[in-house]
Order: sequence, then C-alpha cells, then structure tokens
Amino acid sequence: MAALLEVKGLKAFYGQTQALYDIGFDIAAGGITTLLGANGAGKTTTLRAICNMLRTEGTIRFDGQDIVGWATEEIVRLRIAHVPEGRGTFTTLTVEENLRIAAYTRRDKAAVHADLDRIFGYFPRLKERLQQQAGTLSGGEQQMLAIARAVMLKPRLMLFDEPSFGLAPLIVVEIFRIMRRINQEEKVSMLLVEQNAALALDLADTAYVLETGRVVMSGPASVVKNDENIRKSYLGY
Amino acid sequence: MKIPMKWIWGLIVLAFIIPLFRPLLPDVVSDYRLFLVTTMMIAAIAVLGLNLLTGFNGQISLGHGAFYAVGAYTAAILMDQVNMPYWATLPCAAVVCFVVGYLFGLPALKLEGHYLALATFALALAVPQILKYKWLEGLTGGVQGIVLSKPEAPFGLPLTDDQWLYYYCLIIMILLFWGARNLLDSRSGRAMMAIRDQYMAADTMGIDTALYKTVTFGISAAYTGIAGALSASAIAFVAPDSFNFFLSIKFLIGLVVGGVGSLAGSLVGGIFYVLIDNSAQAISTFVKNDLGLPFDLSAYTIFGILLLLLMYLMPMGIVGGVYLALRRLRG
Amino acid sequence: MEQFLQQIASGLANGAIYACVALALVMIYVSTGHINFAQGEMAMFSTYIAWQLMDWGANYWVAFVAAVLLSFCMGVIVERVILRPLHNAPVLSIVVVFIGLLAIFNSTAGSIWSYLIKEFPSPFPKSSFGIAGVIGSHQLGVVMVTLVVLGLLFLFFRYTPLGLAMRAAAQNPQMARLVGVRVDWMLALGWGLASAVGAVAGIMVAHIVYLDPNMMAGILLYAFAGALIGGISNPGGAVLGGFIVGVLENMVAFAGNQIEKATGVYIIGNGEKLTVALIIVIFVLTVKPAGLFGRVVVKRV
Repeated sequence: MAALLEVKGLKAFYGQTQALYDIGFDIAAGGITTLLGANGAGKTTTLRAICNMLRTEGTIRFDGQDIVGWATEEIVRLRIAHVPEGRGTFTTLTVEENLRIAAYTRRDKAAVHADLDRIFGYFPRLKERLQQQAGTLSGGEQQMLAIARAVMLKPRLMLFDEPSFGLAPLIVVEIFRIMRRINQEEKVSMLLVEQNAALALDLADTAYVLETGRVVMSGPASVVKNDENIRKSYLGY
Repeated sequence: MKIPMKWIWGLIVLAFIIPLFRPLLPDVVSDYRLFLVTTMMIAAIAVLGLNLLTGFNGQISLGHGAFYAVGAYTAAILMDQVNMPYWATLPCAAVVCFVVGYLFGLPALKLEGHYLALATFALALAVPQILKYKWLEGLTGGVQGIVLSKPEAPFGLPLTDDQWLYYYCLIIMILLFWGARNLLDSRSGRAMMAIRDQYMAADTMGIDTALYKTVTFGISAAYTGIAGALSASAIAFVAPDSFNFFLSIKFLIGLVVGGVGSLAGSLVGGIFYVLIDNSAQAISTFVKNDLGLPFDLSAYTIFGILLLLLMYLMPMGIVGGVYLALRRLRG
Repeated sequence: MEQFLQQIASGLANGAIYACVALALVMIYVSTGHINFAQGEMAMFSTYIAWQLMDWGANYWVAFVAAVLLSFCMGVIVERVILRPLHNAPVLSIVVVFIGLLAIFNSTAGSIWSYLIKEFPSPFPKSSFGIAGVIGSHQLGVVMVTLVVLGLLFLFFRYTPLGLAMRAAAQNPQMARLVGVRVDWMLALGWGLASAVGAVAGIMVAHIVYLDPNMMAGILLYAFAGALIGGISNPGGAVLGGFIVGVLENMVAFAGNQIEKATGVYIIGNGEKLTVALIIVIFVLTVKPAGLFGRVVVKRV
C-alpha cells in the first residue's frame, strides 16, 4: 500500500541558510508518525517545508501527487491541515468564526453541520465559548480551537507543531487523548512534532529522530522508545 | 563609493570657465542656458537637503517643499521689508529653516515610515494655505506674492545678471556639497547612517538617536531652505501656489532618480527633474504626434511613470545603477 | 440656532464623504500595512469616468454603478500589477510608488478632461428631498447613500464567507493560507473594494465641491485625520472619525465666522481648512497614534 505522504531528499532554506539537508520519511494512511529531536534539529522546519512556507528542494508526494513548489493554500486544499507552532488562532475573530473560516474551502456544506457537532463532542469547552474572541481563551483552549479548526478542514493528514508547548501537563494529557480519538474516529493520519518525547512516543506508532537537518534514526515507536541512546538523550533515563 | 578628488576638481574648474566661452559660442553659453543650469544647481541643493534626511538618515519626507517655501519666503520678506542684501538672506533663511525643521523633527521622533510620510504629506498639502493666511498677508503679500529684484554682479564685474547668478549659485552649491561630504564622512555622519540602517542597534550603542534625528531634520531643512532662498533671488518672485505638493513630488523624483543616499545622486537628481520639467512640452508633442496619444502628456505623468519604473528597475537611482554597471565591468 | 443646525448637518454630509474615504484608507492599511496616498486621486479619476459616461448620455445611476464597478477593477489591477511585485520592498520604495500613482492619476485626469472646473449633477430632487432650513437635498442624499454603502460593507464582512476570509487574510495572512484562503486574491479584492468605496465618495462630493482634478486633495487629508482619530487599524473607528472630523471642520469655520461677525477680527475661516487638518493629523500622530479605537503595533526588536 503506497504511503499517504512520501518525503525524499528534502532540503529547506531560510533565505541563504540551509536548515534541512536530507530528510526522508513515509507516513502510512491512518498512522501517527512523530518527529523527535533537539531544538534546532529541523522538526518544525520539516512541517513548514511540507506546506511550502519556505524554500524547498527535493520530493514531497501526497497521495501520489508531487507538491513541492505548490502555494501553501493549494497544498491545504489537498486536505492537509497544519496546526502551527503557537496555535495560530485568529485572535480577533470569535471561536465560531475561527471554525467557520475552516469550512470556507469545503464543498460539502451540508456535512459541515454534522462535523461541527462531532467537534464539540471532542472539545465541549469550545461550544461554551462560541461567541468569545479567540484571543481571550486560555492557552489550552486556544490549542483545542486550533485542532478543532484543523479537523473542520476535513483533512486526510494533520500536521501538529509542538501542541504541548506552554501548556499545563494535565491539559496536555487531555489534548493528546483527544488527538488519539480524532485519529481513530475521523480516520485521519497525523504527523506530530514534539519536544515531549515520552508523550509523543506513547501516541505515535512510528518515530523518526532528527539531528541538524537529517534523519538519524527511525522505526516503530515501541522500538525507538526502548533504544538506549534515545532514552538517555530524550527521555531522561 | 568615492569619486576621486581630481575628477571633482576637474568638474569645478570646468563649471567656472564654461561661461567664459560666451564670446566664442554665444548661442550655446547663452544667458538662458546659464539660467537653466542655475536652476539645476538650486534643484541639486534642494534634493541634497532631502537626501540628508531620507537617504542618509532614513526619515521619509514628502513635505520638503514646505522648507523650500520657508526659505524662499524668509529671503523674500527680508529683501522686501528690510532691504537686506540678497547674499545676507542665505544665512538667515538657513537659520530659520533649521529651527523649523528641528521643531518638526521633535514630534517626528515618534513617527516612522508610513506615519512620517503621512505627517510630511499633510504639511506639504497645507503649505500654500498657510502662506495665504490673512494675518500673514502683511508680510507675505497674500495670493499675489512678493516681487523682488534680481541680484547684480558686485564690484562692477563685467557680468550679466544671469552670469553672476550662475557663479553665485555655483559657489554656494560647492560649499554646501563640501559641507555635506564632511558631515557624512565624520563620526556624526556615520551615526546618522547607523540610525537609518539599524535603529535599535544604534540606540543601544549609546548614540543619542533623538538628538541626531532632530538635528538632521534641521540641517536637511536648512539645506532645502537655502535652495528656496536662492530661487527667490533667481526668479525674483515668490507666490504661494508655486509651493504646492507637486514641488515635493519633484524633489522626490530627484531623490530616487539620482540615488538615495548618494551625494553625486543629489546633483544628478536635481539636474534630471529640471530637465524633464523643461522638456515636458517637447516630450508631450513628440508622444502626441509620433505615438498618436489623443491628449497632452503632463510632466507629472512622466514623473509618475518614472517613479514607478525606477522602483522596479533601478531602485538605487542613476548613480547606483552606474556604480553597479562599473563594478560588473571591472569583474 | 437654525444656522447652527445647518452647520451640523452639512458637517455630517462632509463627514459622510470623509468616512467613506477614511474607510477605504483603513481597509488597505489593515490588509497590507500600507497607507494609500493615491486614494484621493483614484477616487477623483473614477468620478471623471462617471462624468464622462453621463456626458455620453448615460443616466446618473447607471453612470454611478458603472464607475464604481470600473473603479473596483482599477483597484484590483493596481494591486495585482503594481503593488504585488513590491510586497517585500522597503517602505520608501512603496511610498514612492504611491506618490507616483498619485501623480499619474492626477495629471492624466487633467490631461484627458482639462483643468476647467466642471459642474456635477445631483440625483436627489431638490424640492421633495431635504429638510428645509436644516439640511439640503443633496446633503441628505449623501448621508443616506453613505450609510447604505457602509451598511452593505458591514454585512458583507460580518456575515459572508468571503468577507470572513478577507478579514482572516488581513489579520493573519500566514494562518489564512493554512486554512486554504487564497490570500493574494483577498488583498486584490480588498483593494478593489477600497477603490470602489472611494469612487462612491468622489461621485457624491463632486456636486458639492465641483469636479476638478485637484478636488480630492483636501478631502484626502481630512479623511486621514478622521482615520487617525478613529484608529487607523479600526474600520468602524475610521467611519466615526470621518464624521467627527466633518462636523469639527464645520464647527471651526462656523466659530471663526461668528467671531469675525462679533468682533470684526478674522481668526479662522474656510481658507484655513487644510491647516486645521494638518494640525489634527500632527496632534493625533504625536499624542495618540492609535486613535480612539485602534491598536498600537508594538515594534519587535
């Protein structure tokens, strides 16, 4: 079965500076893959490269379609949803408007209503705050809104950029639990970039470890979790 | 980019002796042509003033026409009301304009980029009205303006009015450009440019950015004001509607065509906009007859199109473009 | 008292014009971060187009709609062709381009239609419209047309998907792309709408100030003052600011007239309107640059 997302020989540049040298990985449909690595390893850059938010070279194939060089919004319209670093909610728009804008590109307007109900099922707190300005929500709620908005895009692949960042541990656990539910119930593949390696390896089924713009290790999450080097460098024991 | 001193001296010597060729080439070196070159020199000084502020210090001004007007009117009023000799009006105009520029520079400290452009835009639009203000009519002559007399050659020198005016403006221009070059080469000049390039860094490095910005505003206004004062003598007339917003547009053209942040560019720019202004009629006729345009082409349409084209093709102006070309040639 | 009411009424009519132009300015500022110095001249050019259509025999409202639509296209073209290539250029370059556009629109209008002042008709019937002694028919018409246009725009931005997409694109272009919005086209649309709103203002005001290539300069300045007072990042504030400035302008001139009548001393009058606008602009920029409702952008180091 061909992978949903194939990345080969990916290079990426911030202006003149090269950030990714040779990234390659595959994501199978329905799976959760995680990218691990220290700060500056290139994890966030990889996610950005997939959405063409910086200059890239190499091969990125989504469902067989070569997407290198496509405009970001066209890549998104292929149903790849990116939950960026720092949430990226539209702070001056209401929660409801944040969700509505995600439905902007959808053709199946009738299904939007049903999707909204399911999203409130995952994030009941958002339903309570529907008319509130997104900027006034707490960090955890904004993260939930960002994920909810991504789900509303009815994606086939979701990219998560450090969803645990700046959030209290209990909230993080709740969010990761909801992510697992979304993966199973919405049948959407996920690519997760995380600093919190323990949580990431618990959620994911495959893991890749990045170091200075290259993949240095890969394998099933259970194997990577028990690797001695990984344990020492990223899991702290 | 440094132009070798001997080229500059060569140009200066040429500038001094060319009018003396009058007996040989009376049509080429005519009074009319000399007057045209004089207006080009005045324009160069005005553009240099704007360049000091915008090109070298990074503060955008769309309103330098205002300082030009203040300089022109200061000179005109002093000559008209107090019978001050024309050459004495220059330092007076310089001082007045410095003060006005400095005062405008104070609130401008808080403004940047678009906002400063907006404030100076407003200033330029309001200038003709301010000049026509009823309470100032006694001094400014209101809508009719002030009629003056043209300077005559001193010490009984055998020069026509236009020839003397040419030398007078030439000497002032050389002095002002020399002064500017010294200023820009000094520590102060480097501080000015540091403020333009990296404001935050300059500030934290201990440069008194507020002082530099306001004083540069003053100096810039003084330069353009001197140009205004010179023009009052040259044209022998000042009236409010000649100092409208379009004057500031011409300065802007001179600035970007010549080269932002370039001394030589200021000279080139000044020459350029006077040239286009004077050739507008001819260009329009050409375009109308040979290209079949159904209406006249105004100088300002040409200016506008030039401003647009330059920003795409040659944002560093003629001087910058020449410099790049030379560098490429040298390999 | 009646005179006072008349001044307020005509202040509101002027204010309606300023509100429209101020709104156009704010729309462009909010979506691109640029101040459109050419806004006035573009509006004036559109007004001349309307005049030309009427000169060729078109009915007022047909010419109105056609000119507004053409103005919309003009705005889209200006954004796509002239501004798009420069979106990363330094501020000076962009300001220069706006001034270039100003010069081109102004001088081309003068070249095509001459600088002779022309009359511009009013579509509002003199006798039945207006409230005698308080507000003239055209003035009332101006206020109503403005309110209708502003109302439509409000509904558009608040309740339509496209309006929402444009607001999102203006607020956070990167994120808007990540939800699939074609941000580049949103900018072009924003320009088109701003240009169209400016055209409405120009056509409405031409009857009052007479049609001539330089008619919008003072209006633009007052629109800036209004936008600054309201907060240049806030569309609602800009509209309110426009009305405030319109009434203020008239009050100052009225006060000046009364003082002159009472004491014979002329302090201020119609000839100082641009100076008053200048003072307002400088004052607001230095004392409260965010205006009443705007937000100050914090400079990131």
